[in-house]
Amino acid sequence: MSKFDEPDYYKQDELLQIDTKPPKTSWMDTPVDFRKGTYIYPGKAKNLKVVDLPNPREWAVEDIDWSLPEDWQRIVLEGMADRLVKYRSFKVFMDTCVRCGACADKCHFFLGSGDPKNMPVLRAELLRSIYRKDFTAMGKIFGTMAGARPLTEDVIKEWFYYFFQCTECRRCSVFCPYGIDTAEITMIGRELIGLLGLYVNWVIEPVANCFRFGNHLAIQPHGLVDTLEFMADDIEDATGIKVDIPINKKGAEILFVTPSGDFVADPGIYTCMGYMLLFQELGIDYTWSTYASDGGNFGLFTSHEMMKRLNAKIYADAERLGVKWVLGGECGHMWRVIHQYMDTLNGPADFLEIPKSPITGTEFKHARSTKMIHLMEFVADLIRHDKLNLDKSRNDHINVTFHDSCNPARAMGIFEEPRYVIRNVCNNFHDMPENTIREQTFCCGGGAGLGTDENMEMRLRGGLPRGSAVRHVQDKYGVNQLAAMCAIDRATLVTVCDYWAPGVQVTGITELVANAMVFTGEKKRTHNLRLEPIPGMDIDDDDGMGAEEGASLDE
Amino acid sequence: MNILVALAAVAGLFVVGMLGGVLGLGWIFGVIIPSLALLLFVGGMVAKVMGWSKSAVPFRIPTSCGQQKSLNWIPHSRLENPHTPLQAAGRMVLEVLFFRSLLRNTRAELVDGRRLVYRTDHLLWLAGMLMHWSFLVIVIRHFRLMMNPVPGFVSFIEATDGFLEIGLPVVFITTLTFLLGVSILLYRRLTDPQVRYISLIGDYFPLFLLLGIGLSGVWMRHLDKVDIAGIKELMVGLFHFSPVVPDGISPVFYGHLFLVSMLLAYFPFSKLTHMAGVFLSPTRNMANNNRAVRHVNPWDYPVKVHTYEEYEDELREKMVGAGIPVDKPLEKE
Ligand code: HEM
Ligand code: SF4
Ligand code: SF4
Repeated sequence: MSKFDEPDYYKQDELLQIDTKPPKTSWMDTPVDFRKGTYIYPGKAKNLKVVDLPNPREWAVEDIDWSLPEDWQRIVLEGMADRLVKYRSFKVFMDTCVRCGACADKCHFFLGSGDPKNMPVLRAELLRSIYRKDFTAMGKIFGTMAGARPLTEDVIKEWFYYFFQCTECRRCSVFCPYGIDTAEITMIGRELIGLLGLYVNWVIEPVANCFRFGNHLAIQPHGLVDTLEFMADDIEDATGIKVDIPINKKGAEILFVTPSGDFVADPGIYTCMGYMLLFQELGIDYTWSTYASDGGNFGLFTSHEMMKRLNAKIYADAERLGVKWVLGGECGHMWRVIHQYMDTLNGPADFLEIPKSPITGTEFKHARSTKMIHLMEFVADLIRHDKLNLDKSRNDHINVTFHDSCNPARAMGIFEEPRYVIRNVCNNFHDMPENTIREQTFCCGGGAGLGTDENMEMRLRGGLPRGSAVRHVQDKYGVNQLAAMCAIDRATLVTVCDYWAPGVQVTGITELVANAMVFTGEKKRTHNLRLEPIPGMDIDDDDGMGAEEGASLDE
Repeated sequence: MNILVALAAVAGLFVVGMLGGVLGLGWIFGVIIPSLALLLFVGGMVAKVMGWSKSAVPFRIPTSCGQQKSLNWIPHSRLENPHTPLQAAGRMVLEVLFFRSLLRNTRAELVDGRRLVYRTDHLLWLAGMLMHWSFLVIVIRHFRLMMNPVPGFVSFIEATDGFLEIGLPVVFITTLTFLLGVSILLYRRLTDPQVRYISLIGDYFPLFLLLGIGLSGVWMRHLDKVDIAGIKELMVGLFHFSPVVPDGISPVFYGHLFLVSMLLAYFPFSKLTHMAGVFLSPTRNMANNNRAVRHVNPWDYPVKVHTYEEYEDELREKMVGAGIPVDKPLEKE
């Protein structure tokens, strides 16, 4: 028997009975239904203590009493007042919504659950109603009639539930006529309940790890060496190439930073192997950092301050190691932080130089202040200058589609670079329908710290729009792989695809690149980086590797 | 319930205005209340915008809706993902004048019980455009009543607006489109289950108010055929700070004017502030050039980080054991 934290537990037919009819009771009078599978477990006290967060204690969501601090109302209201002055976004978004409903059916959680409080507008109203009550004349005078309500413990519970049912994907903000970004409201909402010590462990444990060890997974420096060496062995098995592993190398030209998911999780590790091969073949002078061993930053899902605290290591180690510029791997939320926040939070990085490709000489002027570029920008430039020896046919058994990850899409706009790269390494590429890609892309359902198993029902529901679009290209074009340049995607979309579009595997782009690359001195390539035999490549016995080494791709 | 409260409020206000006219309270309803309302509108909006401006913009957080500017051979989407303040201004023009984002609107539907499809849905955009643009033209047309002589552009707009030349007095197109726009918005709000579920009194009230203003205007112009000369005398007086209250103005006019006064007074304290708010929205009015030009957070403060030294101190032995270079050598015992 499967349990509520396993996908099998949920029957597709039942999940697809999506009732969009709003309840009879007004939303203010409809209490939260804390149903197992739809919420995330609280942050453990020991993790809160590592990063000095308030009110560390053990508690459970099912508890009636969440043991809030005594003056919790004052804390929240003062927190709001403070943030209304600090964030114009918050203040303007509190005032300007006309409740036109354009954003309502744009959220994957609403589409998958039908719960009206998952409409971005209502998610925001959960907070806006308190704002009205305590910060506006209308709300003070007319109360409920003006859409205001008092701050009670039930409101806090509701915030906890729904602000951790938002993946901060920003899709709603694309459609709102005023650009109201519910992700921004969720971020502030999470900060407010954070003041009371309400965090989820799936976010706050990685935060604590990241603070201490430089990465979410608490991989220690020697562990990182082992991991990379292990990958180097697999690389050698697949390609015959021996890659160097420069770690904390002073004076290297480039610091490479990637999400730690790439170090441990299948299929992220194959992308990581792709990075190593690519850099080896190019012969560039780069280094890994054990101190900045994660570009991912769950601080973004905690508070602006935590984001700053966790991100400081990147520039700090770039300076200590004396590199010239920073290259960033395939990650989603990391790129929101790098692109929209890092320079402001941790800059100016005037000890670095404008990123310049050592291979093509291209200066990446668009990153002249941050001094950090995206690997896909770097690779697209290489391919454009014909600097990679590519044999696309090695990927001919793959029919790939591309998932635009929320943050690089809507907080950066990197749409063409990855597509250009994919088209140059794969013969079979098909985009999903236009309302589900680029700026309108759908979240995997597990971003912003929601990708944990106890939240499985919501992940499957939130993953429905993406899964449905994948299924569409699978049926129509025979797509069998989904490429995503995001470590969270490479974990969560595996579940989503297995469930909604079984038969579609998930991959990173650099894995595809490395599989198509012809390396100097490579051995006969019969196996890809997953050590699966490549269809069409004869397997002779000379390397002693048989087909049984890995599950073959289903076609 | 919310609907009825809003409807009753607007109807009540109209009756109050009419009564004012009937009872000959022209000074109160024709001069004092409109003046106070206008004052409240201007003062309230200025205060609102000042309030917003006082809040900081710590981060540059535009929502990118098109290809970023990066490599020069990749076409950059200037208006959907602006890289310069000028391009951002272009994006704002599209938003404010043409409701660009609403044009993206879709309606999601689950077909065959399992496939999500998204159909374009331009009804909201259309109704919004009809209502807002007509409202603007109607406001401009009203300048005829407030200025002597009538400025050329006002006459021009009026002539264009009335080009159908149907009826006497001529029916303006914007009168029809305004009422149509408001009606569609109202219809949508009442019939779309999701929109209805989120609607507050404060969402119905302005719609009924606009409808009431529009309908009372039609009543005056086409049914009651009110005394325009007297009304103009009142309005011109008002706008030249030398108010006069001529006799014989229809009570319908006082009802109309009272509703307009209520709209003005209500404006700064309601969602109608979106008119100004749209210009201050950081996801729309900023250039997405974050990596090229540093944005400074005015309230930035130092935070506690885990420094490399602390990290190495804790892990030095393991680092050395794994052959990783360290800054400080291991202490020998
Ligand atoms: C710069 C000026 C303005 C802009 C850009 C603007 C834009 C918008 C947009 C995009 C919407 C949402 C879609 C819609 O319902 O049409 C909206 C709604 C609305 N606007 Fe405006 N607006 C402006 C000025 C005004 C003014 C002056 C009024 C008042 C007379 C007004 C009254 C309304 C109302 C009542 C709604 C709600 C419609 C509904 O209930 O669905 N707006 N506005
Ligand atoms: S689209 Fe914007 S204005 Fe309309 S309801 Fe949603 S948040 Fe409010
Ligand atoms: S940011 Fe994404 S998850 Fe959050 S409300 Fe908007 S659409 Fe939904």
